[in-house]
Amino acid sequence: MSEQNLQQASNASQNTGADEVLLRVLNLKMHFPITRGIILQRQVGSIKAVDGITFDLLRGETLGLVGESGCGKSTTGRAILQLYEPTDGEVIFEGQDLTQIGSGDLRRMRRRMQMIFQDPYASLNPRMTVGSIVGEPLEVHKIGGSRREQQERVQELLKIVGLNPYFINRYPHEFSGGQRQRIGVARALAVNPSFIVCDEPISALDVSIQAQVINLLEDLQSEMGLTYLFIAHDLSVVRHISDRIAVMYLGKIVELADREELYENPLHPYTQALLSAVPIPDPQIEKKRQRIILEGDVPSPADPPTGCNFSTRCPQVMDICRQHEPSFADVGDGHYVACFLYDEVQPLNAEGKPVTVAA
Amino acid sequence: MGNLIEVRNLQTQFFTQDGIVHAVNGITYEVAEGETVAIVGESGSGKSVGVMSLIRLIPEPPGKIVDGEVNFDGQDLLKLNEEELRQIRGNRIAMIFQDPMTSLNPVLTIGRQITEALELHLNMNREESRKRAIELLELVGIPDAAARLDDYPHQFSGGMRQRVMIAMGLSCNPQLLIADEPTTALDVTIQAQIVDLVRRLQNELGMAIIWITHDLGVVAGLADRVLVMYSGFIVEEGPVDIIYGQPRHPYTLGLLRSIPRLDLGRQKRLIPIEGLPPDLLDPPKSCPFAPRCTFVIDRCLEENPPLMSLGSGRKSACWVDLSDVEIYDTSADTQVEAVV
Repeated sequence: MSEQNLQQASNASQNTGADEVLLRVLNLKMHFPITRGIILQRQVGSIKAVDGITFDLLRGETLGLVGESGCGKSTTGRAILQLYEPTDGEVIFEGQDLTQIGSGDLRRMRRRMQMIFQDPYASLNPRMTVGSIVGEPLEVHKIGGSRREQQERVQELLKIVGLNPYFINRYPHEFSGGQRQRIGVARALAVNPSFIVCDEPISALDVSIQAQVINLLEDLQSEMGLTYLFIAHDLSVVRHISDRIAVMYLGKIVELADREELYENPLHPYTQALLSAVPIPDPQIEKKRQRIILEGDVPSPADPPTGCNFSTRCPQVMDICRQHEPSFADVGDGHYVACFLYDEVQPLNAEGKPVTVAA
Repeated sequence: MGNLIEVRNLQTQFFTQDGIVHAVNGITYEVAEGETVAIVGESGSGKSVGVMSLIRLIPEPPGKIVDGEVNFDGQDLLKLNEEELRQIRGNRIAMIFQDPMTSLNPVLTIGRQITEALELHLNMNREESRKRAIELLELVGIPDAAARLDDYPHQFSGGMRQRVMIAMGLSCNPQLLIADEPTTALDVTIQAQIVDLVRRLQNELGMAIIWITHDLGVVAGLADRVLVMYSGFIVEEGPVDIIYGQPRHPYTLGLLRSIPRLDLGRQKRLIPIEGLPPDLLDPPKSCPFAPRCTFVIDRCLEENPPLMSLGSGRKSACWVDLSDVEIYDTSADTQVEAVV
């Protein structure tokens, strides 16, 4: 990541004027070591799950993070919340760099940021009652008050997420998938966070139930002014819920734009292919649509290609794409793209510094 | 075109400790030669069990096909013995499953798994079957097929594994291919590859397809006809354009309304189907959708509507006439009760 990119990133936030930046992610990297050997483990490589991403999140907005499995979108969410220790980069949340603060401070910050997990069957402890699941964060952060007050708060939370407050002594197995996801939402809300990472919160749910949870998340946002990082692979859902959308491919954000701009004017060839692959429930449209069918599979993040990560599958690949990494540049009105098809995008060398290439 | 398979009043139940699970409650439909029929429904709607029952892939016990007929080429598949059925399974009726990782054997090479069926059903020798396996892998678009024949499943990506599954399914030139959510575990760009592939293969080989899915989008461009299942019943059936254009069952309508569409402007608010599907251990006597239905009338609570013909090949199991209802409300505000 170049200085220039960082400069652009901060310009982008200034452009938005009065909007307050709640979270700034600068050049975030999350590499997982690949080791060999049983007793004497030595590192033989690394999985570059997230490889230098930069974006701002404004207070009260929803940023959608889309991409296919293995692109690093969930890892991004976890690295932001410091559930993993990032390899490099800064995560500035409410003015503090989370990668630099100590564990006590971090724990206090965790009250402000929470997560809703994908699988409501796996993320709730089957041996705990709903009351203790939702009440646990209150106890951990010692903000619940007396036992009585805690119970009242839990019941209030259950009511907020549309569950019957009398369910407080029931166990997770007594609930359906949609109801369990509501329990997960209630637990996230217990500590009054300002920021919630929603990691594929509806993909494990049935179609008719998904809309219930989406509506709940939207209602909570407008009532409590929450900020969401909404991670999903379903572009239709992301379009519905997000204000801005970032598209990830193999550890990098390839395009970031306002919702309507991204869908009406996708610039990156990967975004274009991704949008064309989304099925639309209308046979008239489906029969006429021309799909961009991508060849091959996503390369391994342990051994990403030289140059642009998408160059191995890109239908519009050029020579420069295989030699240099494209910068992530603003091509107008906060529409960022990393692709050499656009003049604003500069080639970068291996250290992430701009290079000049003879025309 | 004649009917390839006719399903009559098929009922499948599971006898468990907690009672009888009424998974499939008397479904009747047919599939013509070369036709693609999509069966759409949510988990627990009986869509998979209903189709597995056709070739008796239901574990017995606890499962049991308690009633019905499945006529395939003049034979009732439910009356055949295990040996006769084996001649049909994997040969004239083939199946591909949702998760290609769990349905391939991890300790056998891809080549061995494809040639097995060829040697069994078509009496090919090693050499012939190997040659045919290479052809099949090329047909489904696996690059460098001859070399990959000796690879194991873990050496293939998810999309490639599903291609191998399709190659296995097609190995004996089936007349009917049953695809049980074959793209659900795959990413959208890979899903587009697979849908494209199946459509091309069907044009070339002319088999009929039953495609089971929960995603109305995937089958819109693929199916000739659609069956919508709910709580073990077929609640709506018809040609694909009619089902998506003017659904006549409140459940189909609800499904279409509850998913955001990429091509439409932003819907103000999604309209979810409130409530939950009925408990199949204790199914209601009424219309199974009545407790969640916004169009419910008194008759729905007393009598479960049968699948009734509405003309031009469409059928719906609903007492209420929905012919004037628009799917997408074009007026500015869609008034719906908030969930909170």
